[in-house]
Amino acid sequence: MTQYVNIALPKGRLGEKVYSLFAEAGFECPSILEENRKLIFENPGRGVRYFWVKPSDVAVYVERGAADIGVCGKDILLESSPEVYELLDLKTGKCRMAVASRKDFREDHRRPLRVATKFVNIAQDYYSSIGREIDIIELNGSIEIAPILGLSDVIVDIVETGTTLRENDLVETEKIMDISARLISNKSSYEFKKEKIEQITNSVGLLVSNRK
Amino acid sequence: MDFDPGVLNSEEKVIYGLRSLYEKFGYSQYRMSRFEEYDLYVRNKDFLISDNVITFTDTDGKLMALKPDVTLSIVRASRDEPDSPLKLYYDENVFRVSGRSRRFREITQTGLEYLGEIDDYVVSEVLQLACRSLRTISRNSILDISDLDIVRTAVEELGLKDDLTATILKYLGQKNVHEIENVCSSAGASESDIRRLTDLIRISGDPDKAISILKQGGYSGAAVKHLETLVSLLRQNGFYDMVRIDFSVVNDMNYYNGTVFKGYVAGIPSGILSGGRYDRLMKKMGKRAGAIGFAVYLDLLSQATSAKDDYDVDVLLLYDRSSSPEDISNAVRTLTESGLSVSAQKNADTRIRYRKRAVLKGSEAVFDDTVC
Repeated sequence: MTQYVNIALPKGRLGEKVYSLFAEAGFECPSILEENRKLIFENPGRGVRYFWVKPSDVAVYVERGAADIGVCGKDILLESSPEVYELLDLKTGKCRMAVASRKDFREDHRRPLRVATKFVNIAQDYYSSIGREIDIIELNGSIEIAPILGLSDVIVDIVETGTTLRENDLVETEKIMDISARLISNKSSYEFKKEKIEQITNSVGLLVSNRK
Repeated sequence: MDFDPGVLNSEEKVIYGLRSLYEKFGYSQYRMSRFEEYDLYVRNKDFLISDNVITFTDTDGKLMALKPDVTLSIVRASRDEPDSPLKLYYDENVFRVSGRSRRFREITQTGLEYLGEIDDYVVSEVLQLACRSLRTISRNSILDISDLDIVRTAVEELGLKDDLTATILKYLGQKNVHEIENVCSSAGASESDIRRLTDLIRISGDPDKAISILKQGGYSGAAVKHLETLVSLLRQNGFYDMVRIDFSVVNDMNYYNGTVFKGYVAGIPSGILSGGRYDRLMKKMGKRAGAIGFAVYLDLLSQATSAKDDYDVDVLLLYDRSSSPEDISNAVRTLTESGLSVSAQKNADTRIRYRKRAVLKGSEAVFDDTVC
């Protein structure tokens, strides 16, 4: 019986990019490119089984061992701190976590800063590292609208090109950190499927560092 | 006593196996009170897996805690006599916040502690018992061993500030080479020192190979020699194949020193056994003796898939109103004595899953050929 390495990929553009990286490294699975609604694809010859999941869920699948390895953004890892190994920086899906506000916003240091974000932990860690008291407002989408409507003073969000910010008259004021896609592994799977996981890590790692 | 381990669920079976294992090696059971003064935990908060503790005020106004951990209580209760070792094991329920639920849970924890003068043999005995404990749970298990003295040397050579050390250790635990390179190089560590540390992360696997890489990498001295001795003792006892050297096992350096280890079982997503040498905790608590021990988190067994059998009983025996109780009883006895489990009932219940169905005719069970 083939022992498969189960790989969770984030649905969407990043996942497709990452898949082609894995395929180039020798872990292809041609059925994945067929147009259909299947979610699980396997290639017995290479011993890999891919599946598409919601990007923010990849870490959950890996931490609980439903996937042996997976690819997800550093933002998710920082936000949820899952118990996993972070084996590689894939240097793709690059963007940054940043603070943005309305162009005309002037900070009032006499009261807590109102921060709207999807990334509650990252925002809290950042502001406590600089000693600023904040009032956190957790939102799940369309974060940019919060400062426009006066719901918050600033937002903490992912910025890729900055177009969305510009179109909404917002400016980036501070960069919190750079974000990119990471290869993560379940700690127990790493022990029991070590050879295969190391093989994947090394081949993909080599490709990534050659592209630099 | 006629004892059938088959009726135990896996957790009970393992506890039974572990107890007899520890007794065999001269460890005796330690029972403790469910409550402990909160003070003990506050002073050693970082030693706990989670620093949330359930507290209440006792009748005399003292703040008490439902115990979140066993080791601290054992250390506190121990007399400080390095020459007469204390060998204990426990099997207790502890209360702590577990996983993402952010709720308190009651968790079954079994473990073993050796308090006294620690030598190579003692460390190897505890490692061996860790291996045996894992095998009691599953044949397919692995013990990762690390040495914090080796890790400490590599990290200290970087010459970084203390607050960065904690960050580096976190990344070490994640096997996160790229972030260590980022942090160290922006803090101005030399490339060769960084390389030495990241090489440690890349060592993971076969103990002999790992030790030879360590020696080639210029790691030498007592710590490597100690590791070599442990590996040879484990080999002598037939555990070499399940042991790996892996420096991503990092316990808190304020409490632990020297050998630390973590055990994994196939099918369970996180480490089920964790332990190490904690002379530093002993010292903090005013004890002169050294100590080493480990805990097994048996609540994780419930995460293993397909623990439940496919069948509830071997035989479903159907009888009707006309059957006499004596006949039913005879038929049931005959079947159970032949080693089968039986459920005798009047109606064929659709919820029960059985291997074979039999109908009582007179005092005899007549099997259908229906196999479900």
